[in-house]
Formats: sequence, C-alpha cells, structure tokens
Amino acid sequence: MSVSAAAANYLGEGSGPRAWLLTTDHKRVAWLYLVSLTAFFFLGGAFAVLIRIELATPAGDLVSDDVYNRLFSLHGIIMVWFFLVPSIPATLGNFLLPLMIGARDLAFPRLNLASWYVFIFGSFFALFSVVAGGVDTGWTFYTPLSTLYANGFVSSAALGVFIVGFSTIMTGINFIVTVHTLRAPGLTWFRLPIFVWTMYATALVMVLATPVLAASLILIVLERVFGIGIFNPRLGGDPLLFQHLFWFYSHPAVYIMILPGMGVVSEVLPCFSRRPLFGYKAVALSSMAIAVFGFLVWGHHMFVSGQSAYAGVVFSFLSFCVAIPSAIKVFNWSLTLRKGEISFETSMLYALFFLALFTFGGLAGLFLAALAIDEHVHDTYFVVAHFHYIMVGGMVTAYMAGLHFWWPKLTGRMYSETWGRIAATVTFLGFNLTFFPQYVLGFLGMPRRYHTYPPEFQFWHVLSSGGAVVLAIGYLLPLFYLTWSLFRGARAPDNPWQATGLEWQTSSPPPPHNFETMPVVTRPAYAYDMKGLEHERFSPHLEAGQ
Amino acid sequence: MSFGIPFFPQQASSAAGSVDALFYTLLAFAIALGLSLTFLVVGYAVKYRVGSPAGRTGERARSLPLELTWTIASLVIAFIFFGWGAVLFVRRDHPPPNAIEIAGLGKQWMWEFRHPGGQREINELHVPVGRAVVVSLASQDVIHSFFVPAFRVKQDAVPGRTTHVWFIATEPGRYHLFCAQYCGTQHSEMGGWVTAMAPEQYASWLESQGEGETLAASGEKLFQALGCSGCHGNSSKVRAPSLAGIFGRPVALANQQTVIADERYLRDSILVPNKEIAAGYEPVMPSFDGLVDEGELQMLLAYLKSLSPREPAKNEAVR
Repeated sequence: MSVSAAAANYLGEGSGPRAWLLTTDHKRVAWLYLVSLTAFFFLGGAFAVLIRIELATPAGDLVSDDVYNRLFSLHGIIMVWFFLVPSIPATLGNFLLPLMIGARDLAFPRLNLASWYVFIFGSFFALFSVVAGGVDTGWTFYTPLSTLYANGFVSSAALGVFIVGFSTIMTGINFIVTVHTLRAPGLTWFRLPIFVWTMYATALVMVLATPVLAASLILIVLERVFGIGIFNPRLGGDPLLFQHLFWFYSHPAVYIMILPGMGVVSEVLPCFSRRPLFGYKAVALSSMAIAVFGFLVWGHHMFVSGQSAYAGVVFSFLSFCVAIPSAIKVFNWSLTLRKGEISFETSMLYALFFLALFTFGGLAGLFLAALAIDEHVHDTYFVVAHFHYIMVGGMVTAYMAGLHFWWPKLTGRMYSETWGRIAATVTFLGFNLTFFPQYVLGFLGMPRRYHTYPPEFQFWHVLSSGGAVVLAIGYLLPLFYLTWSLFRGARAPDNPWQATGLEWQTSSPPPPHNFETMPVVTRPAYAYDMKGLEHERFSPHLEAGQ
Repeated sequence: MSFGIPFFPQQASSAAGSVDALFYTLLAFAIALGLSLTFLVVGYAVKYRVGSPAGRTGERARSLPLELTWTIASLVIAFIFFGWGAVLFVRRDHPPPNAIEIAGLGKQWMWEFRHPGGQREINELHVPVGRAVVVSLASQDVIHSFFVPAFRVKQDAVPGRTTHVWFIATEPGRYHLFCAQYCGTQHSEMGGWVTAMAPEQYASWLESQGEGETLAASGEKLFQALGCSGCHGNSSKVRAPSLAGIFGRPVALANQQTVIADERYLRDSILVPNKEIAAGYEPVMPSFDGLVDEGELQMLLAYLKSLSPREPAKNEAVR
C-alpha cells in the first residue's frame, strides 16, 4: 500500500460544499457528475419500473393512457440525455483521461466545471417538465405531434435537452484538446489505452453531432411557440425533415453512448486475462471507423417513414457497413482471453456480461438493417429490445464494470467482491429476463409505446415485467455496498488489479495533481505479457484483516 | 403455438413467407455465431482460468491473417443479408397492375378506409384473398403508421403527403391492424382488424355495404362544388391547364423544370398552388388549404386519376 499520506490525496483537499462546488480538479468534477447521474439513473429507472408494472396486464389498469405516455417519454428523455450520453465520459472519462495520459488535469479545468453547471441548469428545465405535468412526445419529439398536438410541457423539456447539449459539447472539446496536447512523454497515439481512443472518438461525435440536435430542438420550440412552420406541411414545411435532423444527431449519439463502454471493457478484459488486448490497432481504428460511419446511417430509422425506397437501400447498405467494426471488436475481445490467466473479479464478470449482451444486441441490429425485416419489426418491441441490449446490456453493464474496476482509484477503498459478483450475476439474469421476451414480442408484431395490448401477448409481457424487478435489484445492490465501502471498505492499494495503465502508477486515491513526478511512457498499452509486472495481487481478505 | 403461448406471427400475405425465410436464415446465422462465440469465450474462461494447467506458450496478441479473415468474412455475410433484404423491400415500389386501390386515412385515433365503390369503414378493413390491394395513406393530423403484422407490411401515414403500401392476402381470417407510430394519447387504441375474405364473399360484403358512389364520383362532385371546373373545365374563360389525362404525365413548369404529375404534385397544386406553376399560365389559382380536409383531398385525387387512361407511365403510380 502506498505510503503517500492520506491528507495528500485529492479527497483530503478541503471539504465542505465550497471546496466541491467550486473545484476545478477533474477528479472532483467527475464526482459531481457521478452523484447527479446516479440520481437521474434511478429516477429514469423508477419510470421504467412503473411502465413494466402497467404492462403486466393487457388492460390499462395502473395508470391512465396520458400518464403512461408521460412515463415512457420521461424515461427516454432522462435516460438518454441525463444519464447515457454523459455517463461514462463525464464520470470515468473525466476522472481517468488525464490520469491515463499522465496529465495533471484536463486542458480546460474551468470549462470542465462549467460543463457540470450547464448540465445542472439544463436538468432544471427537464425536471420542471416532470413536476409540472410531464411530456407526452416520446424522447424522439416527432413532429407534428410535438409541435402542434402534444399537450405536455414539451418546450421546457426540449430546452433542457438543448442546454444539456452545450455541456456535452464542452466535455467533447475538452477531451479532444486534452488528448492532442497533454500526453506524457513517450505516450504516442498507438500507445494510448483503448479507453482514451474511445473517449477521443466519442468527443469528436459529441462536438460534430450535438449542434444538429440543438438546431432541431430549437426549431421545435420556435414552431411550438411562434408557429414558424418549418415542419408543418400546411405552411410549406415537412414533418420528415425533423426526423432527418433528429436522427442525424441521434444515430451518432448511439455511438456516443456505446463507444465509451467499448473503451471500458478494452481495459478490463486484458487486465483480468493478463494478456495484451488482441489486435490493438484494429480495435483503436474501428472506434474511429464507428465514429465516422455513424454519421452516415441515420436514414435507417426512416425505412417506412415515406422516405424513398432507394434511399432506404443506401442507408441499409451503410448500416451493414457500420456493423463490421463492431464485429471486429467482439472478435478481438474474445481472442484476448486466449492463453490468459483469467480471474473473475466483479469488473471482469461485468465485462464478460457486456460481451454477451452487446453481441446479442448487435446481432439484432442486423435484422433491423435488413430492409424487408425492418418493415415488419420497425416500431415494435424488437427495436425496444435491440437498443436496450446495446444501451443497457452494453453501456450500463460496461459502466458498472468500469465503476468497479476504478472504484479503488476513485475512492481509495475496496468493496465486497462477493456482493459485487452477486450484483453482476443478478443484473445479467434480470436483464435477459426483461428484454429477451421483447424480441419475441416484437417479432409477433407488438408495437412499442402501447399502453394496452392484445391479451395474446401477455405471457411475454409478464416475463419481461418479472425480469424488471430482478434487474432493479441488480442495480440497487451496488448503490448499497459501494456506498458502504466508502466508509467501511478496506483501504485500496495503488494498483489492486496489477493493471498496466498510468492511472495505476499513482496513489489511490491520486494526489491533487495526479502524479508526484511526470511519468514517462516506454511501453505499449496492455503490456501484460512483459516482465516486471509480477507483483502480488490484491487479496481483499488479507487487507480487511479477516 | 404451444400452451397458448405465441412464438411466431401468423403468415397471411404473399410477402410473409419470403420475409420470414430471410428472418429465419438470419436468425440461424445469429444463433450459430452467438453460440460459437459463447462456447469460445466460456471455453477460454474455463481453460485459461488462473492456475489451470493449460499450456500458454506461443501466445500472440495479433494475427494479421486471422484479422483479415474475419473482417472479409463479416463483410461478405453482411452484404448477402443486405442484398436479400433490399431485393424483397424494393417490391414495395412495384405493386402488381390492376390492384384494388383503397384510400386509408389516419387521424387521432382511428383508421378510416374507403373502397373504390365508396364503401366506408372505420378501424375495419375488408380485403379479398388472392388479389393485390394498394392502400394509399394520408393523415389528417400527426404521423400514424399502418401495420398489419400477419402481412409483414408497415407504412407511415404522413401529413402533407400520400404514401402507399400494398399486399396480397393469402389466408382468409381476421388480423390485427395496429398504428405503429406513436401518435398521442390513445395511440394503443388506434387499430382494429383486417378481414381477408374469399373473393366471392368480398364481393357480397361490398354489396351488403350498399353501392355508394365511387371515390372518383365523389371527387367529381367536389370538383364542381369547389369551383375547380370553372377554370379547369373545357369551356372556361380563365386560362387554366386542362386536367384530362394529367396524372402520371410530365408537366413543364414556368421555372423551366419538368415534374411528373404524381400525387405529390397534384396535392401541392391544390394546397400550395403557387409552388409549381405550369409553364404558360398565370399564377392565379387560390389555395384550397383549409377548404378541403384530407378525406376530400383523397376524393379529388381519385377523380383526377380517373381522368387518365389506365396505367400511366409505368410505376409512376406509386412514387
């Protein structure tokens, strides 16, 4: 264990609201985000639980149709923009990016803090919508429903998302500049950990795509308030234009949401396999390929919208192309395990579950990219299952993997491995029970966003609702044992997993400016096969004094 | 079906079998790949667990031949499924000739259908088995989506334009009709049933509904009532283009461009007449926006189409 005194770490640098709320330390800003995002995650999750309880029976007996529509709209809006988009970048990314490249902070520390305040400011608008009476447009804000017909608090929700977009852009710019300018001596691009590559790719998408979302949301508000008519056919506008604008952002946004997760598992899998990441360059470059191709596939959300069938053919082709880099990554992650020394700590379990769930979600994506199949399953539960497998089974599972992997670095504490493994397994089982039946429902023709449904679908809905309860337990468990570990957990050593990244070479928790001496990098990333790393690995039982 | 639990959707249209063939092939591929990866990862996890006796010599963290192989294999497989799906899909644009054309109108929260003979039904659609049916879709308010799972067809109804979906029912029966695009409060109530019937039963059903006037005839009455015929009629004093045979024909515009007079053009010319002025005419036509609703617009379009001899320039009917 490190001898650097407890007072010399970033957590000891002043306490009280002022020291936290006015901090420019990227590690503390990460905590500000972590706490706010956790609150939003459980708020969005509570809406989801209510949705699943309502759907346990075919009739609409728990809530009215208007309330149900608000539940799924708010669930989507909160989960996408107030949890998933910022999730890994704003928390783990904020904390780790400077540490991983041997920097003292992000390039613009004050911009980083400002991004959190912008995030909170925007979230007030969204929360106002929740409290004032909800939004009933779905998270997609399709026109003319959102502009002319919806009676919820659409404008404040749209403004909230619009404002939060600026915080995303700020984070993106900060990350891009940081990666370009603050890498430690010797840390060339192809020595960067994949997590840094994916943060970089994510940041590019954030900066390039979010302005388009901002433009389309402002147009929604202008159209709602002033009736400018850009999406109104009676005034010469076109409702489909909104879908083009919206998906031009929102499809790349899917990659904002999944690339960071890919980065996390690319760190975790090699560490617990004691092997270098298989095909490092292919994984790094496929992250960039995903970021670029992700901008060219938005029309696959519009195959049956009235868009020309031949435009559909082009978008289908490009969508199959974007599947390739993801497939390459899956193969590389799998091969990383080969001839390793594999152990199954909590974060490794989460990473392996990510691999399974991401694969099952990604394969379903092939069905949706295939035009004739999409015509049948578009706007059904098949789509719902697909994106939850990617966004929740993929991204949230990776987020949990990362949170457990770097928790000792974030907090200087170890959590209970036993509870961690239980939570990971419960989450995996609950997730599949919740969402696998939805694939079947979608193939059967069950449309999404239905408050009531024909009784023959009930069997699958009951399975799904039961799974949601299990899943909720899986997500609540870490809230308790991680919080408990903050106060009672064993002190963490500097490098409990014997991992190779630079972040593990400083103390746990790190000092205020990350490194006592400027690190110099002489190895490639993931040098698990090189000599000089054979230390004792952390044993929680010994450290806890049992 | 087993124990009343549905696993597969019914197949009741000419497209269902071919779409399902693609679906099940892709499913078989996905299961095969998913299972192989699962066996691989679980196998590695067991074989190379910490402290296992398995040999670890000769390990490599890269292999160009292997990486090239799986990249190329993925590309080839992806392109096969892309092509298969695309070929089935572009059939949407090519309904068989002599299809029955039914006008479908979506509005919050119901579907209204009108048969060529003028028979009108709400949230019910009767169609004959074995004959192609084109439903031309419009929306009175927000975007809706016409979805019949048993037929494997879906098409959004978008305000401000006409879209089409076609199918040939193959099995008599009653099938769910859903609205698939979220459309507001009672979205989940917006649906009903499609009843596919043997042709002779369909004929007698049509008869039992009473032979109303055809859509085109209703359109012609509107054409008179709204005063369209005053200018577009043969004996008119104001110089306006004749509409005989207009549908599907190219129209020269004042701005030197040429457009095909499809449903989009005709609809816009009624609602936003100054958008595309026919060459050689003054822009004097008033807008009928607000004077005709979507249902009346469908009647007018049916009438204008009826002025053209059958089968205009091929395929233009469904653009």
